[in-house]
Amino acid sequence: MADFWDGYALPTIIILAQILAIMVPLLVAVAYLTLAERKVIAGMQMRTGPAKVGPFGLLQPLADGLKLFGKETILPAGANRLVFIMAPMLTFVLAMVAWAVIPVGDGMVIADINVGILYLFAISSLGVYGIIMAGWASNSKYPFLGALRSAAQMVSYEVSIGFVIITVLLCVGSLNLSDIVNAQKTVWFAIPLLPMFVVFFISALAETNRAPFDLPEGESELVAGYFVEYSSMSFALFFLGEYANMILMSAMTTILFLGGWLPPFDIAPLNWIPGPIWFALKIALVLFLFLWVRATFPRYRYDQLMRLGWKVFLPLSLVWVILTAGVLVAFDWLPA
Amino acid sequence: MVIQALIFYLFASITVASGVMVIASRNPVHSVLYLILAFFNAAGLFVLIGAEFLAMILVVVYVGAVAVLFLFVVMMLDINFVQLREGFLQYLPIGGLIGLILLVELGLVFGTWVLAADVAQIAALPIPAVDQVTNTEAIGRVMYTKYVYLFQASGLVLLVAMIGAIVLTLRQREGVRKQSIAVQNARRREDVVATVKVPTGGGV
Repeated sequence: MADFWDGYALPTIIILAQILAIMVPLLVAVAYLTLAERKVIAGMQMRTGPAKVGPFGLLQPLADGLKLFGKETILPAGANRLVFIMAPMLTFVLAMVAWAVIPVGDGMVIADINVGILYLFAISSLGVYGIIMAGWASNSKYPFLGALRSAAQMVSYEVSIGFVIITVLLCVGSLNLSDIVNAQKTVWFAIPLLPMFVVFFISALAETNRAPFDLPEGESELVAGYFVEYSSMSFALFFLGEYANMILMSAMTTILFLGGWLPPFDIAPLNWIPGPIWFALKIALVLFLFLWVRATFPRYRYDQLMRLGWKVFLPLSLVWVILTAGVLVAFDWLPA
Repeated sequence: MVIQALIFYLFASITVASGVMVIASRNPVHSVLYLILAFFNAAGLFVLIGAEFLAMILVVVYVGAVAVLFLFVVMMLDINFVQLREGFLQYLPIGGLIGLILLVELGLVFGTWVLAADVAQIAALPIPAVDQVTNTEAIGRVMYTKYVYLFQASGLVLLVAMIGAIVLTLRQREGVRKQSIAVQNARRREDVVATVKVPTGGGV
């Protein structure tokens, strides 16, 4: 019995506590990201944004959540029921499970696996299924068109994301996320690999279907794209999943290029601040860029989107992989 | 160890069940979704034997890329399912016969499979302990040294297949307006704008 307690029960309780410690802040962050988005865009357009619910509109996300809870869930008559219901769940679950390997501080990670970055890449490439299943199961033309656009878009940009990740891995010599952060102690990879940082950020915008690449849900041509037919909580799950994915991609950008939990300089006042705070601050910075881009740029035309992915980013990132490898070998800088 | 065994049987039974559903389900889109479930559980099995790199590559390549395109194609097909099922009984005897022959042949091949005494020694490479080398590194050490020519050859095969696919599907259509950014950027004002003095009542 003691064996069972030490071997299985206690670790299970610890892991559950760790999961809660990640999930609760994450869901609060997702809720307040929706408010932050409205406030930031409002500020950029010289409006006030939501200001009526609570001080500065701080209770607005709660009010929105309650409103969605109270709505009726509608299943379209022609929909494929099982797939229709599974799609939003899948989107939400995938946005959550990726956080299992994200190190928020030194050693503060649920699963410190050796292939962490591959796991993240795999999970983020699965995100397309939620969208494509929703589009198909709705049995309606706008969602279907949105889903097809999304599938093509995500597959295209994943290729360049893959090459950017390879470039970073060449400089690190490990697939472990904690090792990737620790390798940036001298200099953040955003500086030597600046072009790749830009490519990764833009690809992250495309991967999360954010403006200016929000063609899958382009409201002026496809009503709302793949989730036209969804209502109430099934819609809310898509919405939360999309925002959780934004935070995830920001966390990936932070880990790969902005030095994760490390302070900008390892000097006295800066290294007093604990790692998770730096991590959160850096994520917030990248998220602000996401919102800034949305308020600034008009939507891309579909063929321009494909051209950018396949004819600009793919060759550029491929050349950078070869260049980085060449430089590392030539100067004998390869990590052991 | 009990829990590992239970998890193994969970993954294995879901893999087999979804494998059966791939060929048994009536809707082709459901078939592809079951196929994805099978891939996913196979990745789980890889993780259980400690081959984490293979598990992740399986998910990235098969689930993340191949199956997406597969699903894409199957969803776009306009198939009449009733018509598709019509000839089922008619083709059952010959299909069953072919299946049976294949099964017997496979049984014969594997039943009489013998390795020469020294082959296992030649083929096997010393496997470093898991705590010394991650399995990503272990695969890399073998693949890029001993099997580098085979690796390059498989790369060439893929390249040829890719070029073949492009050649087969590329067609130049007449009368399609294409955007050429180089041409647009190369345009000069004097090429496209003309200042004309229009006489009163004369038109351009």
